[in-house]
Amino acid sequence: MKILVLGEHNENEIQQATLCVVDAAKKLGGEIDIMLTTNASDKVVNQASKIDSVSKVLHFSNERFQNIVGEDVAECALSISDDYDFFLTSSSTTGKNILPRIAAKLDIQQISEIIEIIDPKTFKKPIYAGSCIATVSTSQKKNALTIRTTSFDKAELGSGSAVVETKNCPNFSSRRTDFVKNELTVSDRPELTAADIIVSGGRGMQNADNFALLDGIAGKLNAAVGASRAAVDSGFAPNDYQVGQTGKSVAPNLYIAVGISGAIQHLAGMKDSKTIVAINKDEEAPIFKVADYGLVGDLFELLPELESKL
Amino acid sequence: MKILVPIKRVNDYNVKVRPNQSNTDVELNNVKMAINPFCEIAVEEAIRLKESGKATEIVVVTIGDSKHQEQLRTALALGVDRAVHVKTEHNLQPLDVAKALAKVYEKETPELVIMGKVGIDGDHNQTGQMFASLLELPQATFASELKVEGNKIEVTREIDGGLETLSTDLPAVVTTDLRLNEPRYASLPNIMKAKRKPLEEINIDDLGIDVNEKVKLLKVESPPEREEGVKVESVDQLVEKLKNEAKVI
Repeated sequence: MKILVLGEHNENEIQQATLCVVDAAKKLGGEIDIMLTTNASDKVVNQASKIDSVSKVLHFSNERFQNIVGEDVAECALSISDDYDFFLTSSSTTGKNILPRIAAKLDIQQISEIIEIIDPKTFKKPIYAGSCIATVSTSQKKNALTIRTTSFDKAELGSGSAVVETKNCPNFSSRRTDFVKNELTVSDRPELTAADIIVSGGRGMQNADNFALLDGIAGKLNAAVGASRAAVDSGFAPNDYQVGQTGKSVAPNLYIAVGISGAIQHLAGMKDSKTIVAINKDEEAPIFKVADYGLVGDLFELLPELESKL
Repeated sequence: MKILVPIKRVNDYNVKVRPNQSNTDVELNNVKMAINPFCEIAVEEAIRLKESGKATEIVVVTIGDSKHQEQLRTALALGVDRAVHVKTEHNLQPLDVAKALAKVYEKETPELVIMGKVGIDGDHNQTGQMFASLLELPQATFASELKVEGNKIEVTREIDGGLETLSTDLPAVVTTDLRLNEPRYASLPNIMKAKRKPLEEINIDDLGIDVNEKVKLLKVESPPEREEGVKVESVDQLVEKLKNEAKVI
């Protein structure tokens, strides 16, 4: 059995998410190859070749890949798809964008957001925003899976010795999608999905300026700052802060939810955190049902006090 | 410009869906149904493009049993011109939905397709991309802004690191994210008028696609419950517990 992992990177390093996907691939069992599309980034290719249990790194290099357009990656994967039984990627926005495009061409019904591999044909995945967990089985010869990374460990980086193979890119001349620009959030804090500690704000923060109260605490704890959908919809925080079913799934050691009521779709994205703290003035808020430690009170008094005592 | 908007009938997003008694599926009996929220955003975006003079006709399509006509009528009441109902008693998986929609696309030949990025029921997030792939159309998924300029669109996408802007030629497929717009409500006069708008019925068998349950649902369970913790009285107590009990700071 052969597994192709679609590797994600930022031209500088392999994303942590890809390490989790390799861990999931190991649970399937079989030979694991990683496909990378880069703008001649030997650094990323080298790093990928050192991931534990990876046999081959298949490298497509093209200047178009400085900013990756999903259709191009799908074309690359399709050009080598005959060799593989499984196509795996993380359920990041990149993975979600690309994998169905590959699956459809191969007449595969993809299975999304896998949280558990029971055997190579049987999987668990959340449905209805995490209100229910479905167990599904596939009868297909080839399968395409997106992996919810918080449910898997990270494959070790450094112990592997994969062979690197350079592949020829398919002809992109007929492509009709062009990258225009991106506005990526720049922060010296850890990335949300990789952080050990997350401090998240909800509608209770009242406005964008008040998110500075969370920054102070995040700074002291070397934490990432997140937000609920309500806070993002209200314009208090940018979209990439969003934790929840339609945002990011996170599972840090410590998740501090401030002024977040605990809507089901938010809980779906953070309830696997090891320790959860809720700070909210409404003692009936559903967030307290999942919190290990709840503190009822006015966040505008409690946050400065918490910052000063850390 | 003609816009095709595929929509999905799902549970109302305020309803908490639970597994049925035998754990074979979810319990949807007596659950209020509605247009999937992301599809509502797609309908709204199409209507705004028509109102701004960029679009000339909006066609909405859905696939399912006769009850799905409720959601088509809602879309018509919101301002869509025409509806297509692909009739089937089966609960189609995303790949089959994409195949059926591709057949409708070939019949309708729209310049733009706008659809929700994900159904809040199955949480697949696949249909738009699969549909685009089958037709070899460009895709701009998870859109938070859509601009139509002549024969091109420029789409701002919500991605994990922030925002990304793509430009594609038309025809193209756009899938909607939450912040693209805020959908309107249908007014009573428009609901009355919608009853007279054209609604075409097509049997899925006439589309010549082979509906196929490639992935079977074996079991549906509630997620494991997290044990409710304790309330602390003060910031001091919280910090003490995080340091000495949870040992996380």
